[in-house]
Amino acid sequence: MRIELEKRAKASALFSILSPFIALALTILFGGVMFALLGKNPVTALYSFFVEPLSEVWSLHELAIKAAPLILIGVGLSVCFRSNNWNIGAEGQFIMGAIAGSALPVLFYDWQSPLLLPLMMLLGMIGGALFAAIPAFLKAHMNTNEILTSLMLVYVAQLFLDWLVRGPWRNPQGMNFPETRTFGADAVLPEMLASGRMHWGFAFAIVAAVLVWFMMRYTLKGFEITVLGQSERAGRFAGFSSRKMIWFSMLFSGALAGLAGISEVSGAMQQLRPVISPGYGFTAIIVAFLGRLNPLGIAAAGLVLALTYLGGEAAQLSIGVSDKVTRVFQGLLLFFVLSCDALIHYRVRLVWDRFAAVKTEEAH
Amino acid sequence: MKKLLVALATTVAVLGIAPAASAQEKAKICFIYVGSKTDGGWTQAHDIGRQELEKELGDKIETQFLENVPEGPDAERAIERLARSGCGLIFTTSFGFMDATIKIAAKFPDVKFEHATGYKTAPNVATYNSRFYEGRYIQGQIAAKMSEKGVAGYIASFPIPEVVMGINAFVIGARAVNPDFKIKVVWANTWFDPGKEADAAKALIDQGVDIITQHTDTTAPMQVAAERGIKAFGQASDMIAAGPQTQLTAIVDTWGAYYVKRTKAFLDGTWSTSSSWDGLKDGILTMAPYTNMPDDVKAMAEETEAKIKSGELKPFTGPLNKQDGSPWLKEGETADDATLLGMNFYVEGVDDKLPQ
Repeated sequence: MRIELEKRAKASALFSILSPFIALALTILFGGVMFALLGKNPVTALYSFFVEPLSEVWSLHELAIKAAPLILIGVGLSVCFRSNNWNIGAEGQFIMGAIAGSALPVLFYDWQSPLLLPLMMLLGMIGGALFAAIPAFLKAHMNTNEILTSLMLVYVAQLFLDWLVRGPWRNPQGMNFPETRTFGADAVLPEMLASGRMHWGFAFAIVAAVLVWFMMRYTLKGFEITVLGQSERAGRFAGFSSRKMIWFSMLFSGALAGLAGISEVSGAMQQLRPVISPGYGFTAIIVAFLGRLNPLGIAAAGLVLALTYLGGEAAQLSIGVSDKVTRVFQGLLLFFVLSCDALIHYRVRLVWDRFAAVKTEEAH
Repeated sequence: MKKLLVALATTVAVLGIAPAASAQEKAKICFIYVGSKTDGGWTQAHDIGRQELEKELGDKIETQFLENVPEGPDAERAIERLARSGCGLIFTTSFGFMDATIKIAAKFPDVKFEHATGYKTAPNVATYNSRFYEGRYIQGQIAAKMSEKGVAGYIASFPIPEVVMGINAFVIGARAVNPDFKIKVVWANTWFDPGKEADAAKALIDQGVDIITQHTDTTAPMQVAAERGIKAFGQASDMIAAGPQTQLTAIVDTWGAYYVKRTKAFLDGTWSTSSSWDGLKDGILTMAPYTNMPDDVKAMAEETEAKIKSGELKPFTGPLNKQDGSPWLKEGETADDATLLGMNFYVEGVDDKLPQ
């Protein structure tokens, strides 16, 4: 007996709805077994992963804070990936956006004005876009591989930030520790509600998701992105330029990653430190695919992934599993979600004897 | 397979039973770690302290911890989670948790916080640190006696005051024995990276040093020193296993004593904010056994240790010059703690330019 995957003639509508639920069921089953083998109560474990973070208001705020950068970056990346441009360097664009936006409150710390915040956000987008322009230029005009160039530039951005906060931008009153001045009140992205720490970065993320969804679905630009992504040649016949698309998609995703960076720094940290991201730019790649490159799906995926981070912490406390176990559980979930999506395009068949298989082949 | 089936059966059996909350009577003392509790260095030393606390006061308290918490917004959430889960006293064990600790502490005035190695306090936030430099002074003296070339190599992590202070203490100790002693510094820009630390050790040895000391957390430099047949000092934990013929001594972080002291105060209701900076005499750091050295060097090290403990000897006492030869401390003058905690210059004898 063996298992065969047979390509469906057309994507299954049923399974595109069912597959996340199958994945969730498999995760709960296998995760439960894992927790039981570790001698933990699987119900308590699963409860702290999926329910506890959602059961309190403050925790919902934290969920939004954690999800905001993932969604914002992921939405930008979806435009890149849909158009077949592989921007892997969102982490670097996130950092450069944060640096560009922070230039105002760090260098002109006395300047307080209602204009400050919008300018910071704008600078953040420009910073991210300009940093993404490097791999865009190299791909569009020198035909280099953007996966490599954008990835390598991440390290450049990380080291540049490290140098800034230890050197020229270091807080003169900070006992020589590597961090910038704390931002003035007008440079802080305000909280949205009084009940918790969630700031306007989350609103940016949702607005971006809806706008990009609209663009992809109802505008010529969205059509152009899809066509060029599926077939460059077909795009050319339609009069679309793939070179312009490289520029558009890279700058667009860079700008959103930069906005995520400055929102995170202004809303949640209020200063630059040597490390400002626990890998949001890379995790957002997972989020983009988890959301099937659909902006609204990405918003949901960002929340789910954020939930597993918060749940992982809750589980460390409530059942005393190590941080590694919670990562394994997160990995299980991602693995099942992504692999169950295969059911949308493929049919699983159990082939009982090899002669049957040969016969089908002959019949073709 | 059988075990798997049993596990599966248990899973299915307990699904549907609501998680029962256990009765909570013991005080909860909580810890937040920046690294993994088995990192072999900084975080592990804190976790050993936590285990000692549990052993000592286990009948009155229980402990909980979160590990691998990134500094920044994640730390704020993690600390808030601890505060909300009923922790009465929370130790935040990395410098980068400072602002997060202060912010959350303002929201939870009834919870007490203790932040390691920071400088911001509040009515419910105390800070604690260890005078690691006392150990480094002793190491400097040993190095000056043991080195034939009069040059030691120093693998440093990041140019923060803590690390600069350690380098200076080492040099001052060494020059108290040999006034011409010099050190070379390599900045590894990491706390924990075996590959980089090993490379730094190799580079230093190639430049002619014959003693290695480190302010990074892995045993890699010790192993390189052992391979090349020179002596070295351990850091944060006793690293004798990595260099049985190599380690002269090590600075061992022993936070347990402090954790027990502060938890007792918390249980008695006598806890109040403070900025604690304990040293050898308080047992917050200890020297690993003096090994691989002649008896007279060992005797000298023990004598210095005793003098530091009694307060007779303070490492940062003049006359001392800055790196460029300009005077810093006059004869008999001692540097105050504020100067040490913000230290951003080298003393005479360091062959390196401090990254600014």
